[in-house]
Amino acid sequence: MAGPLPIGDPAPADGALPSQALVGAQDRTFHAYLHIPFCKVRCGYCDFNTYTASELDGAKQSDYADVLINEIEFSAKVIAAAGLPSRKLSTVFFGGGTPTLLPAEDLIRILQTLKDTFDLAPGAEVTTEANPDTVDAEYFKKIKAAGFTRVSIGMQSAVPSVLATLERSHNPENVARAIAGAKAAGLDTSLDLIYGAPGETLDEWQISVQAAISLAPDHISAYALIVEDGTKLARQIKSGDLDEPDEDLQADKYELVDKLLAESGFDWYEVSNWSKGAQNASAHNISYWQSQDWWGYGPGAHSHVGGVRWWNVKHPTAYAVKLQNAESPAAGRETLTERVRLEERVLLEIRVSQGIAISILKQVSNNAQKLISEFIADGLIDPKAAIGGYLKLTLKGRLLADSLVRQLLAD
Amino acid sequence: MDIERERGITIKSQAVRMPWESAGQVYALNMIDTPGHVDFTYEVSRSLAACEGAVLLVDAAQGIEAQTLANLYLAMENDLQIIPVLNKIDLPAAQPEKYAEELANLIGGNPEDCLRVSGKTGIGVDELLDKIVATVPAPVGDPNAPARAMIFDSVYDSYRGVITYVRMIDGSLSPREKIQMMSTRAVHELLEIGVSSPEPEPTKGLGVGEVGYLITGVKDVRQSKVGDTITNQAKPAATALKGYKEPLPMVYSGIYPIDGSDYPVLREALDKLKLSDAALVYEPETSVALGFGFRCGFLGLLHLEIITERLEREFGLDLIATAPSVVYEVTMDDGKEITVTNPSEFPGGKIKQVLEPMVKATILLPKDYTGTVMELCQQRRGNMIDMQYLGEDRVQLRYTLPLAEIVFDFFDQLKSKTAGYASLDYEETGLERGDLVKVDLLLQGEQVDAFSAIVHKDKAYAYGVMITGKLRELIPRQQFEVPIQAAIGARIIARESIRAMRKDVLAKCYGGDISRKRKLLEKQKEGKKRMKMVGRVEVPQEAFIAALSSDSEKKGEKKAK
Repeated sequence: MAGPLPIGDPAPADGALPSQALVGAQDRTFHAYLHIPFCKVRCGYCDFNTYTASELDGAKQSDYADVLINEIEFSAKVIAAAGLPSRKLSTVFFGGGTPTLLPAEDLIRILQTLKDTFDLAPGAEVTTEANPDTVDAEYFKKIKAAGFTRVSIGMQSAVPSVLATLERSHNPENVARAIAGAKAAGLDTSLDLIYGAPGETLDEWQISVQAAISLAPDHISAYALIVEDGTKLARQIKSGDLDEPDEDLQADKYELVDKLLAESGFDWYEVSNWSKGAQNASAHNISYWQSQDWWGYGPGAHSHVGGVRWWNVKHPTAYAVKLQNAESPAAGRETLTERVRLEERVLLEIRVSQGIAISILKQVSNNAQKLISEFIADGLIDPKAAIGGYLKLTLKGRLLADSLVRQLLAD
Repeated sequence: MDIERERGITIKSQAVRMPWESAGQVYALNMIDTPGHVDFTYEVSRSLAACEGAVLLVDAAQGIEAQTLANLYLAMENDLQIIPVLNKIDLPAAQPEKYAEELANLIGGNPEDCLRVSGKTGIGVDELLDKIVATVPAPVGDPNAPARAMIFDSVYDSYRGVITYVRMIDGSLSPREKIQMMSTRAVHELLEIGVSSPEPEPTKGLGVGEVGYLITGVKDVRQSKVGDTITNQAKPAATALKGYKEPLPMVYSGIYPIDGSDYPVLREALDKLKLSDAALVYEPETSVALGFGFRCGFLGLLHLEIITERLEREFGLDLIATAPSVVYEVTMDDGKEITVTNPSEFPGGKIKQVLEPMVKATILLPKDYTGTVMELCQQRRGNMIDMQYLGEDRVQLRYTLPLAEIVFDFFDQLKSKTAGYASLDYEETGLERGDLVKVDLLLQGEQVDAFSAIVHKDKAYAYGVMITGKLRELIPRQQFEVPIQAAIGARIIARESIRAMRKDVLAKCYGGDISRKRKLLEKQKEGKKRMKMVGRVEVPQEAFIAALSSDSEKKGEKKAK
């Protein structure tokens, strides 16, 4: 949920969905994302919709679970009114911000409301993100008992100087403690890493990756640092205090992490995600790349149901007020045309290891055949898969995925 | 024209008639304001041919410029009475004493004879007009002979059609008469005849010696050609007046719309400008890299600059102009002769000789810069003719130079090396054999015609290194390595390469990122439309513009100062 909200059409106050949202709903799975917009401090690189206590201006963390529960109840009414089929939640994901700044009891109460309202599908994945400083073994035990299955821990780096550049305040040792606690509680684990912070060397990145591997999580995400407009990091780079991340070094780091993870039994399944076997891939995130239906709860959260997408107002106070007045908290929405839905499929599905069906590419591009042969010649896609009808990125191709998409959608 | 006001220069001549009372008698003074720049020498020369005297205006703060000398020479050649005048004496930086001395040295006489005026405050203007009356002879001509009027200018007006400016040499013309163009024998009716004072003022006719305008309703200046003689159809003159030499284009450049769909607009715009600018020539041209456009011929660099600026301003066009090129005469071993106005048309195969146009350049400069300027001329394959001191601290250098060496950025260089003090004038002196080769530019093996250049053999390598280096900076990385080569025929003389882009992927693309990501993509797609494809290489328009403009970095530097 980075950056400013998109510009879209106005969203109706009652949140009513157009009939388009219903088409094919039976064949799509249903998912919930819950945004917890709080952080102890704001990291220099972050432009997520998140607030420190001093920035909150009236909204209280202690009331927040109740506000989210308001939206869950509101969503149930909208779904019923639209005549959408009743679907159990396949996955639930608590993200932020820092969800674990809320007491375990709050997360559990929210999850319980979802269960009571929609029910969970058998084997549903329930994840929360966690800041290693805010959790202990006890916390994990509680949420595991309530039905959480997975925890994703923001490790970012194992090198103190890199963490300092990123302005991450956590103590690196707490990551090991958190992983151990989560494992002891029986939760699946994932670690997030960031590469390309100004000044980070290739060796430092290797240290971080090896440190993550040594903690033996089930899943690792590795993200290239994006310098977002409006962040402190962007200002530091503009003023010359920090160097701009070098794209070639970023590419070297990507190739390195892919190699180290593969050697340790992790398979890539999306540009920035690796898991120990397909069963440990994040089912929730896969739902985004498959254009399934999801409801995003919380300020600034995006939702998508059958080609209708909307996003909530950003500030927690404005968000709470809307719900108090029994109004939709949506700030805007867009109803995607068939063509745009296909284009979104291309830009999302190209990122996953399964690849995208070439038949879809032919629907969006008259030039697909020629481009695909060029991609093969340039070593960007897997030739065997292409012959089998799928465009699957090679390592080189993963690094250039956006360029491929631009060419495929050029006409 | 706006451009004239902004740049403080005269591009088109302006004729005016004013009454002036001197010593109790009223005179009608007919005057023509002419451009000074070398590109418009033909405008000056035909105006001079229509006059009896010339007021030589010299800026009292800047002194004599090279073009002053050129115009003075033309006036003397025409046996005109010359009145030296220092203008702008109101300026704080004016040095009338110093420049009066220089002027006196040049044309003879005493420095005291040089009038000092200010057009801005009006000081000295009365004295000047009195002096014109006193020294310039009244026109001679036969009032009873068959009419002969010399066309010295012809402009297109969108409301009135072509307005033709004439000087009556013999006889007279009156409204409603049938007139005849002596070169084409075409007959027109005189719809209006009058004088400019300075607004057009219809009169009952023009008598011998008078300067005025006439309107016949024709729509194209080419039907009312400068230098032609107008006579009366009913009582035609036997012989035409001696006309002017038609100006030939000296410099060619390909002009292309940035947006290919603007091509018809460009065609229409050129057609319109041509109506009032007989010196502009053009024909359609296709470039692999730039698409459809026109190869245009100009009198010089200023003319090129003004035309492209007018096209952009008056017709709202975004244009790319290729590097200016001169006209080469190529003779092949088999005797075949080829005229080359576009470097990409330079023939391959066995060439016997290449002739290139030469100029005699006159450069005036403060003496402290002599060494620097001589070095510059040397670099540009110049041969010194002579060097003279004009005053104590001013030097006149005369050089023979290939025109090709001065069309690109010579003037800019000259100005920047002399803190802006040097001035330049040149005249064509014919063709000379040159040791010239064509350098082609290849992007991933594909020739990019817009970057082909004809250069001296000794400079080919430096040019190749310069252009390949420049393009390496200007073309963004692609998903494959792109070699950039400069070649003479099949021989590669310089090589650079653009390394393959390795990373172009957004790290995160989750639920909340999708809309933004899609919109970013749409924006990038728009950007792609401004790319030209050379083979598989995407080249931004900006790269063409920057590579074709003369030393963009240096210009930036100057601005920064």
